[in-house]
Amino acid sequence: MTKMKIASFLTIAALILAMSVSGCSKKSEPTEQPSAASQQAPTAIDQSTVGAIAGKISYTGEKPKPKVIHMDTEPACGAANSGPVYTQDLEVNSNNTLKDVFVWVSDGLGNSTFAVPTTPAQLDQRGCTYHPHVLGVMAGQQLQILNSDNTTHNIHPMPTANPEWNTSMPPKASPLDKKFNRPETMIPVKCNVHPWMKAYVGVVKSPYFSVTGDDGSFEIKGLPPGEYTISAWQEKLGTQTMKVTVGAKETKTADFSFKGE
Amino acid sequence: MNRFQEPESTGTTPLPGGRGLHRFLLFLSLATLVLIVAGALVTSNDAGLSVPDWPTSFGSFRMPPMVGGVFYEHGHRMIAASVGLLTVVLTLWILWKERRTWMRRLGVVALLAVIVQGVFGGITVRFFLPPPVSTLHACLAQLFFALVVSLAVFTSPGWMQARARFEEPEGFSLRTLCLGTVSLMLMQLFLGAAFRHHWFNLIPHMVGAALVSVMAGWLIITVLHRYGEERFLTRPAWAAAVLLVAQLVLGPSAYFLLSASAAAPQPTEPMVEVTVAHVAVGALTLAAVLVLTLRVLRITSPHRRSVNAPRWAQSM
Repeated sequence: MTKMKIASFLTIAALILAMSVSGCSKKSEPTEQPSAASQQAPTAIDQSTVGAIAGKISYTGEKPKPKVIHMDTEPACGAANSGPVYTQDLEVNSNNTLKDVFVWVSDGLGNSTFAVPTTPAQLDQRGCTYHPHVLGVMAGQQLQILNSDNTTHNIHPMPTANPEWNTSMPPKASPLDKKFNRPETMIPVKCNVHPWMKAYVGVVKSPYFSVTGDDGSFEIKGLPPGEYTISAWQEKLGTQTMKVTVGAKETKTADFSFKGE
Repeated sequence: MNRFQEPESTGTTPLPGGRGLHRFLLFLSLATLVLIVAGALVTSNDAGLSVPDWPTSFGSFRMPPMVGGVFYEHGHRMIAASVGLLTVVLTLWILWKERRTWMRRLGVVALLAVIVQGVFGGITVRFFLPPPVSTLHACLAQLFFALVVSLAVFTSPGWMQARARFEEPEGFSLRTLCLGTVSLMLMQLFLGAAFRHHWFNLIPHMVGAALVSVMAGWLIITVLHRYGEERFLTRPAWAAAVLLVAQLVLGPSAYFLLSASAAAPQPTEPMVEVTVAHVAVGALTLAAVLVLTLRVLRITSPHRRSVNAPRWAQSM
């Protein structure tokens, strides 16, 4: 009889545990507390002396063949695209440059602080792919996430320095406003409903970043004179860095070259 | 040669709950295997977080559109809920009909296991698949399957039938080999699950595969050699042999397909099929060796001077 009582007690305890798990707060619910740096007043910059860094990300080696994404498991995804959809993990432009390379000032800014843009960055789920595939934001900047598709997506960033979250967005849902308060490069974002959907968000402490487009070029403007480390990240080919010294009103060239696998 | 002991009585002890309970347990074993396959499909399709909430799905208990990863994740939840309900029926049935105290206890353990398993499933979703919890979830699924299969064995006519007992020869104990093999297989199950859920690397699982193959092979050969005429033992031994060979083919295949799939934009069909088969055949191999072990313990007795087998096993 006593043993049966113990068994009953264990059953009840397990049920309570189940209920408490379903009701408890999630470990990684995003905190909305901005980082200390973003709370400080921005460091004054003499606009009459600012310079820029511009460059191109070239690609050497055999051009990779784009891989077709099979969206047959989701009719709405197939219907949203008129033709085949290809992977975006290594896109080589016609001029042998790379698209979707995130370039940012990774060192040399000291303890300077910068005003966070009031305009939100946008990440759209359209045709069951993310637009853009690679995105840069400042720490603390609003990130507006849209679902333009006629299907449910779940948007799931997997950061290491910021809190992780996973939210579903039904078709044509209201935009979802999120932010990452700590600098972190790069945060992978995925949709578990559609496993081919991947994006990357670079979260940096300054406005000095850029993402390459169809011509593989980038430009980082408004830099105070100084010596900087510039980093360029590509999803499959990794990160390269370069030291660049920018003089007053000077535009320096910083070209990167990535070798194919 | 083994000493032969006459059965204490002849004939068959009436089955508690009739054949119905045994048949129900066979059905529950099958349902649990289907559930393990459904869970493996979730992992292989990387769909574990396609439904971000738990216990609801998208904030409701209604059926969501079963597309993409939701098909696997919500489907897994539906099958799991069905197995949970079947387990409640099982426990009530056992408590109502069974007179063997240890069987009644195992019935309660089955119910507790299915509840804890549901909680582990919820934690994996709400805490973004933490590797230790996902690994435990995978292991408990197989342990639950092993428990249900064991209950099916304990309620089978073959188990209840009075049987002659064979005293083990002096020296090497088959009973100990059986228990050692099952323990090693459980460890291998853990290592495989830990690799699959990104907790451990592959090497411990590969070492485990080699050890399990040697132990299980040794066990099967010993059983076929010593008790070749005893179909009660040779049938699960042959089943274990076939499953072990299949598993040894599936394991490396799963690894190579998994490596190849890493460069693909999404999980490839061959990778999903073979990794899921590897999980399912692993569960069946464990079940076959477990049935063999239970039957060996049922119809053999330790050598009179042997102290190898634990006391509880000696009394079975």
